[in-house]
This record gives sequence, structure tokens and C-alpha cells, in this order.
Amino acid sequence: MDLHLTSDTPNAAEQLAVDRVLEAPDSGFISDAHFISGEADAPAAGHAARANRHLLLPVLHAIQERIGWISPGALNYACQRLTVPPTEAYGVATFYALFSVQPKPPVVAHVCDDIACLANGAQALCTAMTERFGASGSTDLDSNITWHHSPCLGMCERAPAAMVTVAGVNPSTTVLAPADAAKLAQTLADPENTTKASETSFGVRSVPQAGSDELRLLHRVGRIDPDDLTSYRSADGYQALERALDMGPAQVVQEVADSKLLGRGGAAFPAGVKWQAVASAEAQPRYMICNADESEPGTFKDRVVMEEDPFAVVEAMTIAGAATGCEKGYIYLRGEYPLALERITNAISQAREAGLLGPSILGHDVSFDIEIRRGAGAYICGEETALFNSIEGFRGEPRNKPPFPTEVGLFGKPTLVNNVETLINVLDIVLEGGDAFATIGTEQSTGTKLFCLSGHVGRPGVYEVPFGTALNDLIELAGGVAGSGTLQAVLLGGAAGTFLTPEELDIPLTFEATRAAGTTLGSGVVMLFDDTVNMQSVLLRIAAFFRDESCGQCVPCRVGTVRQEELLHRLVAEKTIGSVANEIHLLNEVGQAMRDASICGLGQTASSAIESAVARMGLFNGSKH
Amino acid sequence: MPPESEEAALTPTWQFLNPVPRGPLPTAPEEAPQPEVELTIDGQETSVPAGTTLLHAAQRVGIETPTLCYLESLTPVNVCRVCVVELEGSRTLVPACSRKVEPGMQVQTDSPRVRLSRRMVLEFLASSVDVSTAPELQAYMEEYEAEPERYGPPGPATAADERDNAVPGHHAAPAGDAAHTVEQPVKIDNELYIRDYSKCILCYKCVEACGEDAQNTFAIAVAGRGFDARISTEYAVPLPDSACVYCGNCIGVCPTGALMFRSEYDMRATGTWDETAHSETDTICSYCGVGCSLTLHVQDNEIVKVMSPLESDVTKGNLCIKGRFGWQFMQQPKKQAEETQDDAQSLD
Repeated sequence: MDLHLTSDTPNAAEQLAVDRVLEAPDSGFISDAHFISGEADAPAAGHAARANRHLLLPVLHAIQERIGWISPGALNYACQRLTVPPTEAYGVATFYALFSVQPKPPVVAHVCDDIACLANGAQALCTAMTERFGASGSTDLDSNITWHHSPCLGMCERAPAAMVTVAGVNPSTTVLAPADAAKLAQTLADPENTTKASETSFGVRSVPQAGSDELRLLHRVGRIDPDDLTSYRSADGYQALERALDMGPAQVVQEVADSKLLGRGGAAFPAGVKWQAVASAEAQPRYMICNADESEPGTFKDRVVMEEDPFAVVEAMTIAGAATGCEKGYIYLRGEYPLALERITNAISQAREAGLLGPSILGHDVSFDIEIRRGAGAYICGEETALFNSIEGFRGEPRNKPPFPTEVGLFGKPTLVNNVETLINVLDIVLEGGDAFATIGTEQSTGTKLFCLSGHVGRPGVYEVPFGTALNDLIELAGGVAGSGTLQAVLLGGAAGTFLTPEELDIPLTFEATRAAGTTLGSGVVMLFDDTVNMQSVLLRIAAFFRDESCGQCVPCRVGTVRQEELLHRLVAEKTIGSVANEIHLLNEVGQAMRDASICGLGQTASSAIESAVARMGLFNGSKH
Repeated sequence: MPPESEEAALTPTWQFLNPVPRGPLPTAPEEAPQPEVELTIDGQETSVPAGTTLLHAAQRVGIETPTLCYLESLTPVNVCRVCVVELEGSRTLVPACSRKVEPGMQVQTDSPRVRLSRRMVLEFLASSVDVSTAPELQAYMEEYEAEPERYGPPGPATAADERDNAVPGHHAAPAGDAAHTVEQPVKIDNELYIRDYSKCILCYKCVEACGEDAQNTFAIAVAGRGFDARISTEYAVPLPDSACVYCGNCIGVCPTGALMFRSEYDMRATGTWDETAHSETDTICSYCGVGCSLTLHVQDNEIVKVMSPLESDVTKGNLCIKGRFGWQFMQQPKKQAEETQDDAQSLD
């Protein structure tokens, strides 16, 4: 391929940032002095360079972190090194919210104004930021600070949250939660002294049940040092892997099938079916992916698991890889989770040193290793096929299914994709056997489930309960309704879930019962809103979220999310076209088309919470405002 | 080595050989016949070879399906969703253009669900995009009774570059009193064609034609996200600064007139464009030995645009800059043409 580049050249810092990821170019390749603009017949082009396209996302991260934005010269250099057409690389760079292709100050505050934070003082924080730094997104290049609103940062148990990214020689990402204006201003003013991610650890406070003997998935939280393999091993760590390697792959897959484990990422697909499909696929190589791109508003369970028990995730991935014949695993980690990144990175390197990753694991003829890929601010990349495209260096647009990932997945090969929570269940399944696991919970929903309680609840955090627990019992466990003490609504399942009224709280939390009741467990979100919350504002925020996060590929979602948001604004402002009933009818038709005709789950569920609030809570019938 | 004799030195060492007798023309190997798959479409049982799409299977039983982003010569991207059909057992509707037949499928192509989704897709497009030069889309709108005005009057046009500089993940809250559109100034940055993205439905056809499906130039791609997704060069640089080679294959596949010959655009601007007065003449491009099929669109005895038939084995609808745009010499007045020739000779 002949690349055509503009005349923009990279500066030394930009080149170095790219070279850190791709290693320094071969001698005779372009250097600062020889950067070839115009036609780029780089000596290292060709198949070898093109085969590295999957490094585009890490390269863009490197430039963004070093410079604070991706300049035309930097993009040209990245394209020349990877033999990617600049227009395609530009398409990728402009897909992610954490990248900027326009000059931007190096210090950026991302202030969450999503629904959980909105119910906990985000508005006041944003007002303070506006007074101090101007409107969200305003760029004053003379100052080195800017700020903007952010979708859910996954810190809902200690809302309101903010994240500060600092670009430079020593880039940093810091999460402040709970954030207040003074602390945020201080962090922004003195970015050199920002606290390290690990110092922001909230530790066991994110898991109020920590230490309880009833916990299964969370039983190690607070009992081990998440940075220490020895500590993990002393708490039964790596026993499951040893057991799995002794059992052999076929038996492990069988146990997972017997356990009737359903995926915990939101779609509730039987994990055993996926494992069997990948294990019996003919094509090689196969890939194992841990989907840790948790971005559903109100969801933070995977983050807490990765922060507090990172080795469990690594061990479970290793079992999955060994059982299904994958030698390469990726963990696609949300870009906004600096502490999880730090701990997973450490866990992988310690496991590798101890021979628990790499060739011939624990002396068996099994080889498996894990590479971390960081997202860059795109909710859609949690959709498995969008995630493949993101890893491969393309825009994170979902693919059409079929073919399914177990057949044609990452790099066109059979791929096993499991959510973090789904995977850590496997440890117990291997140790106890699938049949024993299946006795926990209900007939169809086996095992325990992690729930993310946030909003106006007594003790927000991640809770683990067996399937079948009633919603009101879970809320009691978490300290009951806080705030004003009078509950207005519960959001179950996340922004892609549904609202429930206080009268509907006796619902048992299982996949089958929620489905029958026209709702969903989704990603395990249980967000409480007291009667002081303006639910119309909450709906507007959800509508804005989907409009922002739609990838734009298919018409129903790209335009439907815009029309849905406009419709809600008309209803809220009482400036309807025709009657309210007419507008609600149109809202339902927009929802129906998105649900029926969108390519992926984002569009298919983008109207779910909004339609449920309108129908169940009668939000625009004049009954509640 | 010195020649052995003078005679030998004068005799050329090569000889003319009789041409190799011509064998049969090479042909593509025959494709193995695919097993037949039985399925039911709108109550009609039919049988088609495995690998057939629902779109073509429906065609075989006489059912036409609307399409916008689909084109025979391009890889299906199934993004417009106007071709969706109802498939028994499937939670969502499925795109006919890319979904392959499976044994026992029960397909509905005109159910209320299908009609609603198609109607909504058409309303979504017509309420956000200028479809005035998209006759096919307009016909579908009539068929599915689309009423784009249900979403309010069209919102104000965006300023030049506004959409090009949209930031992913952020947008200004709408007032709701008007339907947001992609209206924006036309991009005119070269002599050969214009890009009027107010008319772009983001069907990806131009990107595919510029990239892997035809030209392998990669001058344009989709940038941005959500409603701000757009066709763009890197950093939205003008076409002359981009990789564009002006083959015009993007114009050839554009279903809405967003990409248009400069000649057509200028004539439309002056009100002289009149398709009823057009004649179409098929010919062969005379520039090189490939022999591309051309269809000359002629108005008032002047060529106004050049296309190539999609069905042509030689071009599959694609041309190069010469065939597509190099026709001005044809219609220079005779005297001017002679002068041009004189000028050319005086340069020798």
C-alpha cells in the first residue's frame, strides 16, 4: 500500500512516544531528520508493519499521554510506522473520548455527571468547575488545565467522582472519589504531586460485606494483599488452576457446562456453550478475551474485583485459556480504571515470574499468556465484536452476527469472550465441581451474583448474594434507603436496564424472574433514587449518554438516540408537538425501531430505561415530576 | 567471445518463431454447486443455494427489498437497516442484505414490525439529511408512508467545520423544538467533484469504493462517533492534500448525490440541470488499452457526467480519473481544439 501523508512532521517527543510502543525503527528508517512526508515508502513498510495494526490503539494512547493531544505530525509518524492510512487512523482517534485531535491542555479533569453522581452532588461540583475554569470543554491553551463532563466513571459507591489525566513525561491518571471542588482544584493546580492510583484505593470499603464467611466471589477481598502473589496463594489462590490442569481441558469445559453458569456481562449467555464451541473449533490460533470494559452507568463490580483480587482474574483467564485451547489472552480494560490497570499489570507480571503464565504452566504442556489492552473512553467497546475491532486497531464498531465470536472473532479466529465476574466464578466451579455449583441460587440462575448498589442507599458498594434474593432484601442488606428516606425509584440493570417503582421491590433477583417481569439484571446495577431526585433530569442524562455513546454506524441508533433525546426535552419542557400522548407514542416507536433494527445491544437497549420510566412511573402523565 | 565468422556475426542470434497456437481462453474454475437450502418467505416455500442472502432469496420469489447501503459490487456493511426482515426465532429483525439463508427459516418481509422499522429508518434519515437528490430513498418514503416532519422542523445548519471538529462523547443539549440535522456548507476544494455532506446518509459506500473494495486509495474514512460520525479525510484536510486520486468511484456509488460531479453541481446551481433532457451513450474509454465501458450522460449535446455500468465485466462500475473526468476535450469548439493542438505542438 502506498501511503499518502500530509507534510506535517512529528516532533522528537512524539516520535519517542511512538517508538516506545513500537521499539525504535530499524537503522535506515525514518528519523527526526529523515521523516519522509508526502509519499511514504518507508523501508520497514510492507506486511510486517501492516501486521502490527493492532498496536494502533496503544500508540495513540502513548501520544495522547505524552503530548496531551494527537497532532497531524504525530499521526503521520504512527501511520508510517504501522502502514495505516492516516484517514483510517484519524477515524480511530476521533472514535474515543479520551483522545483529542485538537490541541488541548495537558491537565484535564473529567468530572462525572452521570446518574449516580447526579444524585450525589455532581451538579454542584460542575458548577464550581465552571466558575473556576469556564464552561465544560472550553480550551484555553495558555492555561495548562481544562475540564469537561464525563459519563459514568464506575466509582458510583463513592460519588461524586472525577478523574484527572496529566499528559507529559510522567503521565498520570488519578481518580478522586468522593471528589469535592477544593480537592479537585488542588489536584489540578499541582499535578506533579498527584496521588498515585494505588493511594486512592478505597479498599474494602467498596465491599461492605468484606470478611463475611458467606462470600464466595469476594471472599478474598480485604483478607489478602492484592499486590502480592504469595498472599493470594495463601488464600487458596491458584489451587483451581492446579486442579484444572490435572483434570484436563475436556473435563473443565464439562464442569463449566454442568454449572449452568450464565454470563454476567448483561446478556446472560450460557458460558458452557461458549466454552464448548471454542474448545471444539478447528481454526487456530484461538483467543481468550476477558471483557473488563465495564462502562454501564452505575456498574463498578468488575473494577472492585480487579482492584481487590486481581490474581483471581488472571488465574481464571488462565483456566479458560487452557480449557479451550487458547494460548493468547487479552484483557480489555476500561481506560478510566487506573488502579485496576496497575494491579492487573502487577498480577500478570508476578504470575509470569512464578511460571503461572507463559510456556509450560506448572509443568504441564500448557502455554498461555495475557496482554492488557486499555480502552480509551468508548462504552460501545464493551460490546464483544466492537471490542475485537478496537483491539485490531479499527473503529470500535460492532460487527454483524452471525458469524459469532466463537467461530469468527478476534483477528477472524475462534474467540472466547467472558466478563470479569463470569470468569471468577470458574475458580469455584473447578474446585467444587459444576454440579455442586449449580445447587446454589435457583434452577435457572445458578451461583451468586455481584450487585452494584449506589445512589440513595445506606452503604453503597458491591454486594454478593445468591440468585433468588429479593430486591428489597438486598436493599436492606445495603442499609436501606438513604437520602430523604423515601424511595422514588430503583434503576435495575443500568442505563440499558429498567426503572422499578417502590411497589415492585419484592422481585426475586434471577435472570428468569426479571425477564418475566419485563426487566433485566443487566450488569447488576441497583441504583436508588429518593423522592427529592428530579427523575426527568435522570432520564435526560440517560438519553444524552446513549446519544454520546452510539458508535454511529447504523441508522436506528445513530439518529434514534438523537430523536429520543429531543423528544424527552420536548416532554420535559412541555413543548410537545401535538399531545403528550402523541409524543409518548412517537417515543415508543423510536424505541421499537432501535430495539428491532439496531446492529448491537447498545441501540437495542437505548430506550429501555426511558420507556420503562415513562410506562411504569407515569413520568409525563402529570402524576410525578 | 569473438564471432566464428563474419556471416555468423551478421546473423541475428534470435529467430522469429511461429506464434504459439491459441488454446481455449482461460476461464475461472467452476464453482462447486452449493446444496439447496429450503426456507419460507412470506408463506412461499422456496429453495436456494446455500450461501445466498435473504435479499437474493426474496428476489427469487419476486419480493423486492429496499436497500440503501447495499451494492452488488461492495462488501455488505448492513448499516442502513432499511432491508431488515422478520425472522422467526430471532429477537431482533435481521438485515436481508447480509444474512445468509439457513434451512427452515421462516421469514416475513412485510410484517408490521418490518414496516415500522423501515418507516422509522427512512424518517430518521429524511429528518436529518437532505434527500432532495435521492430519488430511490424518496420512493421508499412514499411506499412506507414516512413522515419526517413528526420530529419537528429541521434545526439550523451547522457552521463550516463544526461537524469536522465535533468531540466524541460530548454534545450540546438540544432544545427539542427542532430536529437536529447534518446540514452544513458544501465542501468545494477541487475542480472535479464536490462533497455535500448535508446529503450524506453515512452508507459507507464511498469509503468502501475508495478503500478495499475498489480503489485501495484510502483517502476517506468514517471519523467521529454517533450522530457526529462523518466521512472525512485525516484532520478534514481538503481533497488536494489528501490521498485522493480523483477516480470518482465514490461518486459512482453515492446513493444520495452527496458526492457530485462539479459539472452537475454547477448546472444545478444555475438551474440548467435537466435530467429529462439527458441521453445516455455507451462507449469505450479511448485513453488506454483496458477498454473500460463508459456511459456518457449528455445534455444539449454536451457531456455532463461519465459513469460506468455496474454490470460491466471490465469496470464493475469503476473508472480512473481519465475516463471519469477527462472528457472536456471532446466538446471544445473546433477552433479552440486546434489551438490547443497547436500549443501542444509548439511545445515539442
